Amino acid sequence: MAEKLLSTKHLLGIKDLSVKDIQLIFDHADEFKEVLQRPIKRVPSLRDVTVANLFFENSTRTRLSFELAQKRLSADVVNFSAATSSVKKGETLVDTVNNILAMKVDMVVMRHASPGAAIFLSQHIDVPIINAGDGTHEHPTQALLDAYSIREKLGSLKNKKVLIVGDITHSRVALSNIDCLQKMGAKVMVCGPSTMIPKYIHSLGVEVEYNFDKALAWCDVANMLRIQLERQDGDVRLFPSLREYHLQYGLTAERLEKVKKEIIVMHPGPINRGVEISSEVADGDYSIILDQVENGVAVRMAVIYLLAQGIQRN
Amino acid sequence: MSKKRVLLDEGLLGVVIKRLCLQLSENYYPFENTVLIGLQPRGINLLTAIIDELKNIHPNIQIVHGCVDPTFYRDDFRRGDKQLLAHTTKIPVHLDGKNVVLIDDVLFTGRTIRAGIEALLEYGRPEKIDLLVLINRKFSRELPIEPLMIGKSVDHYDGQKVRVVWKSEKEKESQVLLQQENNG
Repeated sequence: MAEKLLSTKHLLGIKDLSVKDIQLIFDHADEFKEVLQRPIKRVPSLRDVTVANLFFENSTRTRLSFELAQKRLSADVVNFSAATSSVKKGETLVDTVNNILAMKVDMVVMRHASPGAAIFLSQHIDVPIINAGDGTHEHPTQALLDAYSIREKLGSLKNKKVLIVGDITHSRVALSNIDCLQKMGAKVMVCGPSTMIPKYIHSLGVEVEYNFDKALAWCDVANMLRIQLERQDGDVRLFPSLREYHLQYGLTAERLEKVKKEIIVMHPGPINRGVEISSEVADGDYSIILDQVENGVAVRMAVIYLLAQGIQRN
Repeated sequence: MSKKRVLLDEGLLGVVIKRLCLQLSENYYPFENTVLIGLQPRGINLLTAIIDELKNIHPNIQIVHGCVDPTFYRDDFRRGDKQLLAHTTKIPVHLDGKNVVLIDDVLFTGRTIRAGIEALLEYGRPEKIDLLVLINRKFSRELPIEPLMIGKSVDHYDGQKVRVVWKSEKEKESQVLLQQENNG
C-alpha cells in the first residue's frame, strides 16, 4: 500500500489539510501551470481514472475549471447536473451517487446547496470526494487557488494582510479562505455591513472593520466577494440598496488612489460590475481576477492528481 | 549493516565526466543544434557537472540545456509502492529538428527514460534523442532502451543498489557506491 501523499483521502474542507498538504498542492500546481503553457496541454497520468462531476447547484466557472483540470490529466469525465436528473424524481443523494459509482467511477466532485453534504456523502461512499462548494460551509479549491494566486504575486503568504469584503455570513468562499490564509501565516480582516458579518467571526481569529477605507489602508490584498443579489429579493434585506452598498463598500479607482499604495485586487466571480467592484478596478492593473481563473485549473489538477494516487487499481 | 563498495571515487568520477564531455564534443560539436536535457530529479546533478566541464573545454560556446520531469508520464502511477512527486520541467527551446541528449545518473529498467522521452515529445519533434548515463546497470532492462554514451557499466546481484552521491553541504565528496538494498 502506497503511503498517501496528502494526509486526507477526501478534500471536504480546508480543515482537512495540514500546512504541509497545502504546500504540496501549491508545489504541484506550479508544475501543472508549466504543463498548461505547453503546446500540448495534457499529461497522461489519470488515463484510467473516471471522475464524476455532480453539480446539484448551478455553477459555470467551477464546473468548467474542474472539467478542464480532469481532461488535462487525461481522466474520463462524466457530468451530472441536478436539473436534468432523477433527483427531481425523488431519489436520495446517497442512492444517486451509489448508482453512479456502480458504473465504476473512481472519484467524485460535488457541489450541493446543503452545508455538510460532502461530509455526509464521505460517510456513505468509499471513493475520494472533492467538495466543490457545499451551501454556506466550504469551498476549499477556491480558497486554495486564491491563496496560490496571492503567493504567486507576493512570493509568500507569511504575514501578508488580506482583506475579505462583502457578505461574510453567506459566503463559503470567505470561510474557506480565512482558514487557508491563516494556516499559511497570513493575517485576515473582514469588512462589510454589520448585517453581513456573523457574530462568531471573532472566534476565527480575524479582525473586523466596518469602515471600508480604513480596512483598505490596512491591507496588501483585497478579496471582493460577490453580493448575492438573489438574497436581496426575500423578506430580509441585508442592505438598503445596491447603490448604497456601492457607495459604502464598492471598490472604485478613487478609493484605491486615496490609500496611495499597491493593493492586489481579487474576486472569486461572477462579478457584479458597479456593485462590489467598478469596471475600472476589475479590469485595472492591480486586478488578478483572470489570474485566479487560470490558476484555478492548475490548482484543481494538483488536488485531483494527489488524491488520485490514493485510489488503488483493481 | 549494509555492505558498500565504491565504484567510482571522486577522482575517477571527474575523469569519467571529462571523458563523457569529450564524447559529447565528438558527437555534437559545436553544439549549435543540440539541447542537453537532464532527467529529474537525479539527472540534474550530472547535467550540471557536464555543463561545467564543457564550459572548461569550450569556453566560448553557449550550450542550450534544460530539464524534464517524467513523473506525469510514468507507468507506475497508482501501482502501489512509490510516491510520485513532481519536479520542475524547463525546456528552453522548441525541440523541432533538434538533437536532444537525455542525461540521467543510473539506467536500470529503462521505464523512467521511456516516460522522460514521452514528456520531451510534448515540446516538439526532435531530429533524434540520444541517451547519456553515468552508470549503466546491465541485464536489468525491461524496455528496449540502450544508452549511446556510458560512464561505467555495472553487473550486480538482486538486492544491490547503485547510489550516486554528489558533493554538497551534507556530503564531503562525490562518489558512486554499490550497496546492499535496505529491506528494513
